[in-house]
Amino acid sequence: MLIELQSIEKIYEIGTVKVPALKGINVTVDKNEYVAIMGPSGSGKSTLMNIVGCLDTPSNGTYMLNDNNVSDMSDDELAEIRNREIGFVFQTFNLLPRASALHNVELPLIYNGTPATKRRKQAEEALDRVGLGDRMHHKPNELSGGQRQRVAIARALVNDPSIILADEPTGNLDSRTGEEIMEIFEDLHDGGNTIILVTHEEYIAEHSDRIIRLRDGLVERDEAVHER
Amino acid sequence: MRILIYISESFKIAFEALRAYKMRSVLTTLGIVIGVTTVITIVALIQGLNKSFANQLSAIGTTTLYIQKFPWIMNDKQFFAFRNRPNLKVEDAERLKSMSKLAVAVAPTLFTGKTTKYKERNLEGTFIVGTTTDYMETSNVIPEFGRFLSESDVNHRRPLCLIGSDVAEKLFPDEDPIGKRITVGGRRFKVIGVAEKKGSMFGQNLDQVIVIPIGIFQTAFGARFRSVDIEVKVARPEELDDAEIELTGIMRRIRGLTSDEEDNFSINKQSQLMETYKSLTSTLWAVAIGVGAISLLVGGIGIMNILLVSVTERTREIGIRKALGARRFDIMMQFLIESLMICAIGVAIGIALAIGVAKFIASTTPLPASITAWVAFLGLGFVLTIGLFFGIYPARKAARLNPIEALRYE
Ligand SMILES: Nc1ncnc2c1ncn2[C@@H]1O[C@H](COP(=O)(O)OP(=O)(O)OP(=O)(O)O)[C@@H](O)[C@H]1O
Ligand SMILES: [Mg+2]
Repeated sequence: MLIELQSIEKIYEIGTVKVPALKGINVTVDKNEYVAIMGPSGSGKSTLMNIVGCLDTPSNGTYMLNDNNVSDMSDDELAEIRNREIGFVFQTFNLLPRASALHNVELPLIYNGTPATKRRKQAEEALDRVGLGDRMHHKPNELSGGQRQRVAIARALVNDPSIILADEPTGNLDSRTGEEIMEIFEDLHDGGNTIILVTHEEYIAEHSDRIIRLRDGLVERDEAVHER
Repeated sequence: MRILIYISESFKIAFEALRAYKMRSVLTTLGIVIGVTTVITIVALIQGLNKSFANQLSAIGTTTLYIQKFPWIMNDKQFFAFRNRPNLKVEDAERLKSMSKLAVAVAPTLFTGKTTKYKERNLEGTFIVGTTTDYMETSNVIPEFGRFLSESDVNHRRPLCLIGSDVAEKLFPDEDPIGKRITVGGRRFKVIGVAEKKGSMFGQNLDQVIVIPIGIFQTAFGARFRSVDIEVKVARPEELDDAEIELTGIMRRIRGLTSDEEDNFSINKQSQLMETYKSLTSTLWAVAIGVGAISLLVGGIGIMNILLVSVTERTREIGIRKALGARRFDIMMQFLIESLMICAIGVAIGIALAIGVAKFIASTTPLPASITAWVAFLGLGFVLTIGLFFGIYPARKAARLNPIEALRYE
């Protein structure tokens, strides 16, 4: 099993007030699955994604990633897991504004010590895969929203991670551009990648094999998508 | 290998950041620039002073002792006490010479300033020395033309003189001075020699000098009852301390001092001036260190401040980097190297300015302020200490940011 979440809880503390964002999530995801997470605003989708992406740690419960217990890892160990196992695509792209597309894609490789020439080659390949081979030296503000998200996807897959996580990757894009992005994810999935994405749109979720619906920090429904 | 990649990457990141905030970076380095310029200029000045002082002192030989009524360095109270000491006499010099084993030359000397005339030419303020043949060795006054006073010249009080090169040039611009008669303070002397050029010492022109037999000096210039200075030369500088002990013993015997009486004469030497000088420059050193420390502290705090601002402004960037796998160490390096680079810029500008200031001082004043290779090491030291010391706190702060909070930061 690639991902095993057992009774994951996340409680935010704002002063003395405790906000339970996740109240006991049990989910497993296998290799090469394509999962969509849906649910109303505030239901805990992003919170769950951040935990799966090792950006955040659960308050309670265990998270096994590739049979490693992630719940009790140190900051630096988590950083290495993020670097090696996870490719994150954010709704707001989160590119470095002053760096070129190429340099943005190179970032994960810098932090695992890939030598410069190899780094550059890998980043160029990743940009080619998302159809941005001709925009490598552009800065983010010289690119359209869809192109920026492609750069972010190239960055997420450059290190050949076990999972690609995308939190509303099409949320800031129009529906046509959104479809283009979804095609890239589908290609990645066909190529053997495991993909988990959060979305509000049914038509986006239809691209996946399985939809997990959250409500109030709990899994409401978890079902396969059939009509494909 | 991995560490090299981090470091080169950190340099690129820091360079980018500095380029993006050029003005701010330059202003930040101002404190460092001022500090470094001040420190290096003062150090250069001290070195210049040292050099020029050593040059000045070279006229006082390192193998000569000066037995005198007063020490060279004393306070008012000592002056009034020492006034009652007995005068030194020419005979003392003779006895010293016969009793001392280490002395190779002993010259009693008397000095005064007089106007010198030759035909219609006048030279005011010539420095008249009444002494003996040994003065040639004790003061290193070597005749370039003619000869020095012989022992018989001195013993017979012959009205002969040796003149300094300046006296020769000014009184005899187009004549050979040897054999000519000049008038010194109303007395006539025949020139028998011209001394080699010696330069000046502490503003005194050593070439505007006239050396005459001490006997004539005493009768002609009414100095019969003045204390003479006795110059004693030893063979090698290492013998100077032994000679001082020996001469003290001989002087005490001449004076008939009992063991509970203090010396009633002083033995002076070049190293005394050197020590006084060093204690003076140590004050300058303290100023340099003080000024330097304060301005570097201020500069360092400036850097820390700007780095803290930079950490806050780049919180999102830090979040992105951490999300992509940057560890604490990586983020820390990034900001430390930025800190070192700001420092290096400041120090480099400071050194450049200091070199300019030193050149300016050297060309407009007699001080040979000089900057040599040591500034490179000093500069490197500044960069490392300030850059690391003031960079570590902001760098740690950045490194410890929680990735998810950093990403959410607006
Ligand atoms: N940093 C935080 N501090 C406090 N409470 C938080 C924090 N982040 C999220 N929450 C709370 O946790 C709950 C779940 O938030 P989360 O962002 O996971 O929702 P979401 O499903 O992603 O919503 P949306 O669809 O609007 O993005 C919400 O009630 C939110 O207020
Ligand atoms: Mg969300």
